[in-house]
Amino acid sequence: MELLVATAIGACTAAGIYLILRLRTFAVVLGMTMLTYAINAFLFVSGRLVVNKPPILHGHGEVHLADYTDPLPQALVLTAIVISFGMTAVVVMMSLGAFIEGGDDRINMPKDDRIMPPLKTIDDTKPEDETA
Amino acid sequence: MNHWLTAPVLVPALLGPLMILWMRHDLLQQRVFGIIGSILTLGVALKLNAMAMGGEVIVYRLGNWSAPFGIVLMLDRLSAMMLLLTALLALVVQLYGIGSGWDRKGWHFHSLWMFQVMGLNGAFLTGDAFNLFVFFEVLLIASYGLMIHGGGPMRLRAGVQYINYNLAGSALFLAALGTLYAVTGTLNMADMAERVAMMPTEDTALLRTGAVLLLLVFAIKAAIFPLHFWLPSTYANAPGPVAALFAIMSKVGVYAIIRFFTLVFPNDSVVESIATDLILPAALITLTLGQIGVLGTRSLTRLAAYASIASIGTLMIVIARFDGQGLTAGLYYLIHSTLAGAALFLVVDLIAARRGGDFWLRLRPAILNTGLISALFFATAIAVAGLPPLSGFFGKLMILNATQDDPWMATIWTVILATSLIAIIGFARAGSILFWKSHEMDPEPGNDTDEGERPRRGPIPTKLETDEPIQDVGDSASPALAFVATGTLLAGSVALTLFAGPITSYLQQTADQLTQPELYYESVLRQQEGSR
Repeated sequence: MELLVATAIGACTAAGIYLILRLRTFAVVLGMTMLTYAINAFLFVSGRLVVNKPPILHGHGEVHLADYTDPLPQALVLTAIVISFGMTAVVVMMSLGAFIEGGDDRINMPKDDRIMPPLKTIDDTKPEDETA
Repeated sequence: MNHWLTAPVLVPALLGPLMILWMRHDLLQQRVFGIIGSILTLGVALKLNAMAMGGEVIVYRLGNWSAPFGIVLMLDRLSAMMLLLTALLALVVQLYGIGSGWDRKGWHFHSLWMFQVMGLNGAFLTGDAFNLFVFFEVLLIASYGLMIHGGGPMRLRAGVQYINYNLAGSALFLAALGTLYAVTGTLNMADMAERVAMMPTEDTALLRTGAVLLLLVFAIKAAIFPLHFWLPSTYANAPGPVAALFAIMSKVGVYAIIRFFTLVFPNDSVVESIATDLILPAALITLTLGQIGVLGTRSLTRLAAYASIASIGTLMIVIARFDGQGLTAGLYYLIHSTLAGAALFLVVDLIAARRGGDFWLRLRPAILNTGLISALFFATAIAVAGLPPLSGFFGKLMILNATQDDPWMATIWTVILATSLIAIIGFARAGSILFWKSHEMDPEPGNDTDEGERPRRGPIPTKLETDEPIQDVGDSASPALAFVATGTLLAGSVALTLFAGPITSYLQQTADQLTQPELYYESVLRQQEGSR
């Protein structure tokens, strides 16, 4: 089972990183999702892999720690899932906004960000074309 | 239990949603409540500073759960100082946001501001590693909103880069926390520190991995080479006051590095001097790159962005020593570079607004209020470049002094002094293009003189103006307020110079407290009900 989980996390991370390095926002958003899946699974197994053991105390009488799994990583991963879900929504909205306003879905900044536009065009066209 | 510790998080956390739910269409109310919130936060920060002055570590156990199990907030001199710096900066820059009219450029400026302050304060107060992650996310979410405030294609595209970079950083943060939890079995910083201290030296590969991952995450936040690439586009495209507030955001990364690598992984622990070895060369390169950027850029907003990269480099050179003298000098420079860096962004915004949003370094006819603005630019450039008489000079002097006996001393001194010269040339070039040569140009007819670009008079407008992504002086609600806010930040730099003696001795005590991890074990783990 360790091998299976480790391979899954590794494959997910590799795919995620490959997609993040693409230059289009759609691929990057997908890559980010893959990466957060991998990280969530990683966080979950940081409390060791155990099968058929509850995280919450049950029954009465004597308690053996070996009968339970670590509850903390489960709580952590729940928080991480909620945050990464929200963040994915934010990044999708931002990418859409940039796509609609900027005209294409490239990640890198357009040339206008680096190269000084000639003064004439700035004065002719009204400030919509500029950045502040 | 001292409930004051929750106030820096609770005050903005209550006011932020209130502004969205109750007064979303009334900018005047938002402004009033936003300022009230900032003033309250400042008051609380002053109160907490008075409490932390005694030198003990004050701990607040959330829900009264005992220490390694529940989440704790802890207040020491360093976090109290950071709270005060944040509150001051947030209040002054918020006033600038109102005065310059930036808060009318989009929705929810003031409530996002509150959420940003809440995240910053929480990150400075928490004593739990996972809770630090949560507060990082809070401040990042608010910063995404603030960064694209006002909209516009360039800002949105820079925002997409910024978000993606930081999402990858957050993923790395979780990976680091997972690794550290797997090794130490705890997430409470003091408890983790104690367990790391007791760990045998031979079996620390995973621990070192976790420590370096954590260092990478904080280096992304602080924009240390080679993880600084997000900063220039982000800061250059963010609205002026937002970029000024971001001056404290990169310092959160620095704070977290100080916190973790003095408390959990100090240089004499099993991970040895891993942090120093990695940070020092990176910081030297960061400083060099930043100052070359200042000289080489052709955009005014990028000039300010590169100056803030350079200040992080200078800061990390001396923080990397993690000893009393190094931390004292580093903390002094941290306060200075936050104030001066923010002031630079505000001055740049003042200039760009008066040139109709044109932030490129090129000749244009002389701008409005050119005398006052050039004086402000001159003073800010002196502070940022580290010339006497302002606090940048003292800060650099203390850094040079602290690194006197360092094995890298020759390299450090050469880099700091040579790059200072580069920065001075860069600022002189920018200033002469902006102010001196512009006088030689004839004002173009029909340009810069039409109605829209004159500063307006009369009562401060409260209508949202979301149709234009850029901001010019015609939008400026109250230029006087904007000038006062910029001047206040510079006055902070002057005060830092005038009271350098008392401030340095206070920072000395702060650094002493940081280099005694036992204090933290004692307050967080021992002094509680049912403790060992």
